Amino acid sequence: MQALTNKAKQVDRAPMSFIEKMYLPAIIKGMSITFSHIFKKKPTINYPEKTRPFSPVFRGMQILNRDAEGRENCTACGLCAVACPAEAITMEAAERQAGEENLYREEKYAAKYEINMLRCIFCGLCEEACPKDAIYLSETFTPADYQRKQFIYSKNDLLIPHPQENPEAYKKALGNRANKITVN
Amino acid sequence: MLLAIDFALLLEKLILVVVVVFASLGIAMYTTFAERKVAAILQDRRGPNRAGPFGLLQPLADGMKLFFKEEIIPNFSSKFLFVMGPALAMLTACMTSAVIPWGDKIDFFGRTVDLQIADVNIGILYVFGVVSLGVYGIMIGSWASNNKFSLMGGLRAASQIISYELAMGISLIALLMITGTLSLKEMVVQQQHGYWNVVLQPLGFLIFLVCAFAECNRTPFDLPEAENELIGGYHTEYSSMKLGFYLFSEYINMFVSSVVMATLFFGGYDIPFFDESVLSPNLAAILGIVALMTKVIAFIFLFMWVRWTIPRFRYDQLMHLGWRILIPLALFNMLATGGVILFFNK
Repeated sequence: MQALTNKAKQVDRAPMSFIEKMYLPAIIKGMSITFSHIFKKKPTINYPEKTRPFSPVFRGMQILNRDAEGRENCTACGLCAVACPAEAITMEAAERQAGEENLYREEKYAAKYEINMLRCIFCGLCEEACPKDAIYLSETFTPADYQRKQFIYSKNDLLIPHPQENPEAYKKALGNRANKITVN
Repeated sequence: MLLAIDFALLLEKLILVVVVVFASLGIAMYTTFAERKVAAILQDRRGPNRAGPFGLLQPLADGMKLFFKEEIIPNFSSKFLFVMGPALAMLTACMTSAVIPWGDKIDFFGRTVDLQIADVNIGILYVFGVVSLGVYGIMIGSWASNNKFSLMGGLRAASQIISYELAMGISLIALLMITGTLSLKEMVVQQQHGYWNVVLQPLGFLIFLVCAFAECNRTPFDLPEAENELIGGYHTEYSSMKLGFYLFSEYINMFVSSVVMATLFFGGYDIPFFDESVLSPNLAAILGIVALMTKVIAFIFLFMWVRWTIPRFRYDQLMHLGWRILIPLALFNMLATGGVILFFNK
């Protein structure tokens, strides 16, 4: 029969010779193979201490952005919710009152903004749909939890820390990925 | 008559017994750790490294776990024998270390202390006797479980140990013809002055080694507890510390058979290519213990190395190897040794 590749090997069905019947050479050969594995590099990464670096295009948990003065970017236009193929995003809009100019950048804001992380498929379409750079996908993934309802993330869970009150946490949350997005 | 008892000797031996038993328990504990670590390293993994530095507290964690597990004695078992099984296995495992010379004499505040619990003149016979009793622990436990898988495991263990003990005994006879003594201490002293017995008895050592693997129920002869055929073999019904005792006694057996092999064939506490008599007796004794332990650790590593290399034998292959290959080989070795001794001594 014509072999498809040159890797095919004919099985040797000849009766074992005396040396082969002694088993010992085969055992020693096998043991030298296992011994050589002592010196091999171990592929394991000690997880909690060391983490594998994410790819620069990794799409993780969503973050609701603020501008440089700490005002929320989101205007509750609903484009992200429309773009979302998994229908994970819901929101309720509200009008900015006088004296709230330091909280919200524009006259309309999201009073309630929820993402169901069990529905979310991390496609990043919300990020692409957003005209205000208000939402982007960070480099962290959603942590595990015990209850399903804990996975419905509210604004509290999603908002980025205040850039002036807590600049370090803000920078950390911004990560590398946000650098590509023009923040105002 | 009571006053004639040497109380100091009694105390000395008592201390020695306690030290030896606890040392072998400790070593068995860390052998379980070493087993997992060696397995991991041979398979390109890291092994246990979470409990304490380098995972060194892992055996303690395992022991704690075993203690806190629910203790189940099946309703349909013979309760007394069920408890007796693991106890017997542990007892026989610990008893073997009594005749092993751990080192030379040590000078302790003007009193010479022999680093051997009992230098009986039938030393190796005692070891063999106790080791053969070890199978009772397995058999009683497996019978008392009233479970077919346990019983199968027990049967396998019994027939395997009987088959391999024959070849082991015969290979030992050849060794005894050379040494002319049954005392383990005497054998070590002979090897210190002459060659190690492994040089004189390479075939005998090989047979002994293979049989030791079978006696310890280690892979490739671990049929009594073959997981994928017999669930857990003879300890299927056991849980908690009773299971721990079975597992533990197995590791102690491994340690003891390593010590016996090191003593019989590799010079015991003899340091190779070195004359101990130039050192002070205490230093020589301590170095001797270190030498013996090094050999033992090498043997234990060999046990593990083989376990993670060679797959399990089929039962008929096991019997074939024992009865049709090892016993004739051992007999041949015995006759050849006898012939050579006769030829050179005439």
